Amino acid sequence: MPHKRTDRVQRRGFLKGAAVGGLAAAMAPLATAAQDTSQPARNLPRSAGPTPGNVETSARAQGVTYASCGGDYMVDVMRSLGIEYFAATPGNTFMGLHESVVNYGMTTAPNLRFITTMHEEASVAMAHGYAKIEGKPMACAFHATVGLQHASMAIYNAYCDRVPVFMLTGAGIEADKRSSAIEWIHTAVDGPGMVRDYTKWDDTPGNLQGFGESAVRAWKFAMTPPYGPTLLAVDTELQENEIPGGATQRPPIPRLPSSRPPSADAETVREVARMLVGAEHPLIYVDRCARTPAGLKMTVELAEILGAPVVDSGNRMGFPWRHPLNQGRRFGELRSQADVLLALEPGNPFELVTAKRPDGELRRILNDNAKSITISSAELYPKGNYQNLERYAGMVDIAVQADAEATLPFLIEEVRRLMPAGRSAYDARARAFAALHQQDYNTALQEAVYGWDASPISMPRLAMEMYEVMKSEDWSLLSHHYWQSSWSQRLWAADKHHQYIGGSGAEGVGYTSPASLGAALANQKHGRLSVAIVGDGDLMFGPGILWTAAHERIPILYIVHNNRAYHQEIMQMQAIANRRQRGVDRAGIGCAITDPNIDYAMVAKGMGVYSEGPVENPNDLGAALRRAVAVVKKGEPALIDVVTQGR
Amino acid sequence: MMPAKLSLTIALILASAAAAAQSPVKGDAVRGTKIFTTFGCYQCHGYQGQGSNAGSTLAPNPVAYAAFAYQLRQPRARMPAYSLKILSDQDAADLYAYLLTIPKARAVADIPLLAKAQKPEK
Repeated sequence: MPHKRTDRVQRRGFLKGAAVGGLAAAMAPLATAAQDTSQPARNLPRSAGPTPGNVETSARAQGVTYASCGGDYMVDVMRSLGIEYFAATPGNTFMGLHESVVNYGMTTAPNLRFITTMHEEASVAMAHGYAKIEGKPMACAFHATVGLQHASMAIYNAYCDRVPVFMLTGAGIEADKRSSAIEWIHTAVDGPGMVRDYTKWDDTPGNLQGFGESAVRAWKFAMTPPYGPTLLAVDTELQENEIPGGATQRPPIPRLPSSRPPSADAETVREVARMLVGAEHPLIYVDRCARTPAGLKMTVELAEILGAPVVDSGNRMGFPWRHPLNQGRRFGELRSQADVLLALEPGNPFELVTAKRPDGELRRILNDNAKSITISSAELYPKGNYQNLERYAGMVDIAVQADAEATLPFLIEEVRRLMPAGRSAYDARARAFAALHQQDYNTALQEAVYGWDASPISMPRLAMEMYEVMKSEDWSLLSHHYWQSSWSQRLWAADKHHQYIGGSGAEGVGYTSPASLGAALANQKHGRLSVAIVGDGDLMFGPGILWTAAHERIPILYIVHNNRAYHQEIMQMQAIANRRQRGVDRAGIGCAITDPNIDYAMVAKGMGVYSEGPVENPNDLGAALRRAVAVVKKGEPALIDVVTQGR
Repeated sequence: MMPAKLSLTIALILASAAAAAQSPVKGDAVRGTKIFTTFGCYQCHGYQGQGSNAGSTLAPNPVAYAAFAYQLRQPRARMPAYSLKILSDQDAADLYAYLLTIPKARAVADIPLLAKAQKPEK
C-alpha cells in the first residue's frame, strides 16, 4: 500500500529518534542529514543508502539494553482481546514478539501461551480449529515472506470456512535496519499483499499506538460475520525496540467495543416468517449458520415451532444429527416437494436451487411456485479473484444480506407471533418427519452390516467401534464426516455445538491433522474427549503436528483413516483414464501411498505420541481404541493407525 | 427434451430386453474377484461391494445383469466408463459372477454393536 508507506516512514523516522538510545541513535540522523540536506528535518532518519561511512543503528546494536519493549506492549494488546495462545514456527522477523510471549506473556497473567509448530500452515490450521470450538481467535505468527508463503493455503482454508484467525507476520520496514542479506530476502514491501485476496483485512502499523489500534481492529473484523482471518505485518524494530520514552510512555490499549452483527430488517423478517408459517412443505437448510451454541439452539427452535424438516450441510454443527426433524438423507425429495426453502448461510446457493442436466441445461430444482430464501452474510464481504462465492444463484427468489444467527431471534419471535392457535397441522408434520428420521436411522443400521467383518476395515465398523468407546464421554469430533461416507453422522447422536466442527473450507489437504489439534487445545480446558479421523495423505502433509501434540501435551485421539492413497484423486484418475480408454491399471501412480506402506504408529512413536497399529482386523479395533482413549483421558495424545477401505 | 431419468429407464428396459434375448456369457467368479480389485471397482464400491458416498451398493443381491452391464458401459453420475476396449464382455460377466457370490451380510440383531444401537435410547 504505497500511499501509506510515505506516512509510515515519516512516523517510523520520528519514532526512531525517540526510541533508540545512546550514541548510535544520536549519530544516525546526523549521518543521514549529511547525505541529504534537501529533506525537511522531520524526515532526517530516512535511509540514506549504502554509503561508506554512513552509521546505521538498530535495537540489535551491540551493548544496547533496555527494560521495556514494543513486543511486551503487543502481548498486552493481545491479552486484552482475550487471546490465550500464540502458535508459531520460529522466524527471525518476529523474534522480538516471540521473546515477549515467552518471557512476558507466559510468565504473567493472564497467560498467553506459545504453541510450537513445525510448519506455518499448522499454526494457521491450529488457530482455525481452535476458533471453531472456542468461538474466538487465537494468534499465530509467521516469518516474513517465507513463513507467510508457507501459511497461505491454510489461510485460504480459514477464509473459505469463515473462521476468525488473528495473524501476525514480521516486516522490515526500514531498509537500513535489515542487518543481513537474508533479512533482505525475508522482506517484502507489501508482505500481506500475497494473501490479501483471502484475508478480511490487513495492516502494517507504523508505531506502537498504530499496532494497538490495528490489532483491536483486526480482532473486531475477524469476529464480524462473515468471520475471517486478518493479518498484521509488524515491523521487526517495532517489536524489538524499547518503548519510546520507556515503560511509562507505553501507549494505551484501545478498547474493544461490544459488536453487533448485522441482522435482517424488520419488514424482511416479517415477510420470511409469513412465508414459513404459511408453507405446506417448508424446508430449512443449515450451513455455517450456527456460529455459537446459541445459534444451534435457535435452528432447533425454529424447526420445532414449524415442524419443518432440516437438512444440514455438514460444514458445522448446524442441527442435531439424531433430531427427529433432521432429514439429511432426504434432501433431494424434500427439495422437489418444498414450497418454501429457507437456507441459512448457504455456501453454495446455486447448487441448492439449480440442477445441471446431462445435456447441460440448467433447471430449477424447486417446483414452479416454490420460493427460495437465503439469509447470508457472505455477500456482505465479497471479493473477486478467488471464486469461493460459487456460481451466481440466479434462481434464488429472496436473498437477505444479513447474518443468519443474528437474524434468527427476530425470525423465531415473528414465526411464534404468526403461528395459528391450533398447531395440529404443524405437529402432525413433525410426527411424520420423526417417523421418517427413525426409518432412515434403521436403514443406516441395516446398511452398516455390509462389510462389517471385512479387512480392510469398513467405515461403518470404524464409526461404531469408535462410538462405543466415546459415547459415554463429552466427545468432540474434529474432522469432516464426509470422508468416511458420513457414517458418524448417520449413526452417532450429536447434539452439542462442540461435538462437530466440519472441515477445511477450501478442501486444502493438510488441514485436518493440525486443525483438529487446535480444536483439541480449545477442548482441553473443558475436559472433552477430542477425536479426529485424519486421512493418511492429510497427516503426511505435516506429520510434525504429532510432535506438537506430544510437546504441548494436548489430549487428542487421532484415528488414521489409512486407505493408502490420495483416494479422491485415485477415483478421478480412474474416470479420466477410462474416458481416454486407457484402463485404470496405472491410475494409482502418483495417487497411491504404498510401496512402502507407511507405518503411522511408528511415525507417531518417533514424535513421542502413544500409538498402535496398523490395525487390520476389525475385531482388534475396539480394544485398541479403549487403550488409546485411556491415554487421552490422562491428558496425552494418542494415535491408532486403522487400515481402512477407501470411503 | 426427454428427462434424463426417463431416457435412462427406457435404455435399461431396452438393455434388459436385449439381455433377456441373449444370455450373458458364463462368468468366472474367481477371475471376477481379481478384476474387481485390478480394475479398481473397490475404490468407490468397497471390497465387498458394500458401497460408499462415492459409489452405490453392488452386493449382495446385485441388479439384473443387463442393468449392471449398461452402467459399466454408459455409467450415470461420476463412475468411470468401462468400454469394450478396456473391459471385455467376458470380464464383465466374471465381475458379475463375483458379485453374485458375495453372501448376505449378518443381520443387525447378530452384531452386538448394531443391535444395541437399534434399541431406543433411554
